[in-house]
Formats: sequence, C-alpha cells, structure tokens
Amino acid sequence: MADNVTPRVRVPREASAGESVSVRTLISHPMESGQRRDGDGNIIPRSIINRFTCDFNGVNVVDVTLEPSISTNPYFQFEAVVNETGTFQFTWYDDDGSIYEETADISVS
Amino acid sequence: MDVTRRQFVGTGLVAAAAFFGLPQIASAEALEDAINAFTGGADAASDGITLIAPEIAENGNTVPIEVDAPDAEAIMILASGNPNPDVCTINFGPAAGRHAASTRIRLAGEQDVIAIARMPDGSFKQARQNVRVTIGGCGG
Repeated sequence: MADNVTPRVRVPREASAGESVSVRTLISHPMESGQRRDGDGNIIPRSIINRFTCDFNGVNVVDVTLEPSISTNPYFQFEAVVNETGTFQFTWYDDDGSIYEETADISVS
Repeated sequence: MDVTRRQFVGTGLVAAAAFFGLPQIASAEALEDAINAFTGGADAASDGITLIAPEIAENGNTVPIEVDAPDAEAIMILASGNPNPDVCTINFGPAAGRHAASTRIRLAGEQDVIAIARMPDGSFKQARQNVRVTIGGCGG
C-alpha cells in the first residue's frame, strides 16, 4: 500500500549508565486520514500507521496508539533510561498489516 | 436593494462555505465519549501535566506539540475540533525516562488540544491549550 516507507531513528551512540537519553524517530508514510476526497469526489480510504512501539533490550519504553490526526511522516521524540549496553528495537504497525522495523545500538559505560 | 458591501461579502462567504462543504467536525458528544473511554468518567486535576502547543499554527497539517506528565503511565491527546477527536495515546513502559513526548499532529481549524494523563494511582490530570490554525489540515 504505502510506498517508500523508510524508518529513521536517532539515539546517542554512547551514554553513561542510568542516563535518560533522548530518542527521536521518524517514518515516512502518507498517513491517509480517510477524510480526503480524490478528484472525482470519492473518499480516499484510510491508510495509516496505527501503532508504534519502542523496546530497549526487550523492556518496553513506549507503546503509542496512533489515530488519523497524526501528521504525515509520524515523528516521535521521547526519553529512555539506559542501564546497560544494548539495542533499541522500533516497530511500526501499518493498517494494511505491514510491519516496519528498525534497530539502534547504544554503548553504555 | 439595500445590501451593504459588508453584508454582501458575508453572504458570499456563507454561500462559499456551504458550496465547498465544511469538513465534518466532531460533536462535543464524540469528545466526551473519547474522554470517558479513557478516564471512566473520573474528574481530572489540572496540575502535574504540561502541554506545549503553538498559539498560532500556520499549517494545520503539522502542528508540533509536546506533552510532559511526570510519573504518568499513559497520556492521551485529543483534538476537540477534528472529525475524529482522538489523536494518539502514549503508554510509557518500565524503560521510559522522563514521561514526556513530542510529536506532530493535524488540526482541522482553531480548537482546543487536550492532554489527559493517567497516573499509576488511578487519578487523572488534564491540560488544555487553544491553537489557532491558518490553514486547516483535514482535507475537507
């Protein structure tokens, strides 16, 4: 359905143990709201990402439910506490059943 | 015909609005339902939650907002004047740092953006911010 869906995430490369790091995520997606009409007056069907999750070493950081009122190319910024070196796992769930995944490593000293 | 210029312009605007069809705006009922579904009808205090949104947004398609509610386990964001008032619900897990998040939302027109936080003890906190929108973001 949605073409050219590219997730992009930004986390610091290094952090000290127990630090709260800022995580920024962006995924290119049209987020068709289901309210717009095409040139012939027909409603364009809804096609959005409806859920986004972020885990760090298997522990949940955020779990977001998205509705059509989220802008095109959904962007989220939040904070995560890191106690050890590990991997962030990001997952986006599309209305059409597609799942987009991305990971980011962080080394903690 | 005693039509002043002002009246004429006003009538024209109303006619144009009727012709192009205004986007369907959420009724107050839909908003109440969305809030009740989240809070279960409980009252919300107004302290301990911060919602940052621009007073005037040029483009309703991407309005940056930021919400911060220390210790909240979930935050729900609502746009009172959108066709569907739900915007998003953010659930914080055990690895979350400061319980704050920022994102970008669509707004159909001038309206209140509402953030409601659910605290671990089952109480609720609410913040509200009016945003004026120059160009609406819901197609219409």
